[in-house]
Amino acid sequence: MTSYAKPLPEPSPLTEPFWQAARDRKLVVQWCEQCDEWMFYPREVCPACLEGPPEWRQVSGRGEVFSYTVVRQPMTAGFEADAPYVYAMIELEEGVRLISNVVDTDVEAVEIGMPVAVTFVEATAEITLPLFKPSPSAR
Amino acid sequence: MRRTKAVLRDVIGAGAICGIGELQAIRDPGEKTGMGLMVDATKLALADANLEISDIDGLLVHSPDDFLNLLYFPAYFAEYLELDVRYADQVDLAGAAAAGMVWRAMAAISAGQCRNVLCVAGTVRDRYGYYHRADQPHPAKSEFQDPFGPMAVNTEYALMAMRHMHEYGTTSEQLAKIAADQRRSGALNPESLYPNQTVTVEEVLESRLICDPLRLLEIVRPTSGAAAFVIRAADQVADSGNDPVWLRGASERHDGYISLGRANFIETGIRKTGPEAVEMAGIRHEDIDLVSVYDSYTITTLLTIEEAGFCPTGQGGPFVAERDLSYAGDFPVNSHGGQLCVGQAGMAGGMSHVTEAVRQLRGEGGSRQVAGCDLAFVHGNGGVFTDHVSIVLGKER
Repeated sequence: MTSYAKPLPEPSPLTEPFWQAARDRKLVVQWCEQCDEWMFYPREVCPACLEGPPEWRQVSGRGEVFSYTVVRQPMTAGFEADAPYVYAMIELEEGVRLISNVVDTDVEAVEIGMPVAVTFVEATAEITLPLFKPSPSAR
Repeated sequence: MRRTKAVLRDVIGAGAICGIGELQAIRDPGEKTGMGLMVDATKLALADANLEISDIDGLLVHSPDDFLNLLYFPAYFAEYLELDVRYADQVDLAGAAAAGMVWRAMAAISAGQCRNVLCVAGTVRDRYGYYHRADQPHPAKSEFQDPFGPMAVNTEYALMAMRHMHEYGTTSEQLAKIAADQRRSGALNPESLYPNQTVTVEEVLESRLICDPLRLLEIVRPTSGAAAFVIRAADQVADSGNDPVWLRGASERHDGYISLGRANFIETGIRKTGPEAVEMAGIRHEDIDLVSVYDSYTITTLLTIEEAGFCPTGQGGPFVAERDLSYAGDFPVNSHGGQLCVGQAGMAGGMSHVTEAVRQLRGEGGSRQVAGCDLAFVHGNGGVFTDHVSIVLGKER
């Protein structure tokens, strides 16, 4: 396997559960029981009640493209061969949004509102990335 | 019970902008550091204000890229120039720093803490990146954004533009017109990267697509450079020997830091800061003669104009399409050509919108003078619609 050239996350004690779950092909997001609120990016406390740490809960992995762009002139090291690629903000069924790539599709076919589902791609032995692919099933 | 707006209203007339200094966009600074460029801009502003460096007793700065992670930068700058300051701060609001410095200086003068405040920013262009140096991970961005290939902040603004187009039908032609109109003004600006060069809407649309929907001619170019302005206490402004420029209204808000943290997406704090600044000035939007707003991209300008209340929500596209935005038009925007013409010198990026408003209000716009310019709406935007400072500047106090 050729060495992975793109930026890799360096998990912290706070974020290790996210990356552990991804290795197990599960998508987890923090949730505050007291406020019944999801939150992303990970935090040590719930921003609403300031209590923590919020628990990690598995989400369905389904969502839709809230917005996206097609990167045609790559600037990030390691992405040169990928252009054009889709950099997107995904809105999960649960309402929380996160950044990822939309893959397994012609970039010109991506549109806002497109239903997607998480797909896990192993980058290294330690890091598996949650990406998204078009999903035919409705939300 | 006094409200925040009223309290700010009391202090904004404490002083006036009495001196400006700006370096032309520099492609190769040679051996100068960011400090050196900031000092050069400072000298110009002091001369314009008829002050010596030893007169400065308040300092507002943003560190240049080559000193980005230096702690205690205000103290370093003050020591470097042997200043004796009673107030010093790093205004860490990125493109909103310049506008943010204006009201902060007024507040310090009003408090009696200082009388001559130097506001300065600049940089030697560096490839350290955005939000954090390459050697220092950002707690959220490094893990949850960088692995997916963002392109500096281009991708983040692109996400907002795509969403705006989706929600309101805004078109690439409407966005491109902003660039084309600003270039008409910039053609008359000797500080422009493109002096005497205009572009048509078609040429903007034919320029290289960088990340949908942003095209090359819609994106600011990073440069080296610096700019400064000096604010003096009201009872001293006559000593500067030029027309003082007064702060008539100011407002500030802060939104999501990076796109994945934004709860609001294309609804921004500008929806508050624009109207609040205009109301504080005791005027209406129609009274504004010049809109001098941060323009990192065409979408930045469009969304700012719309959010600030110059047109209804979602109508920014048709609004700019139906007006002449050049210095000579019916709705002048960025009469210096904006950053899209003069480039962005790091955190000095928002300075040019302040200095251009000052020039125009003084009647020093030269061949690009906006006729009858008495009131200017200036907006600073930091990050990705993150930090918002709206101010109204005027010839009258």
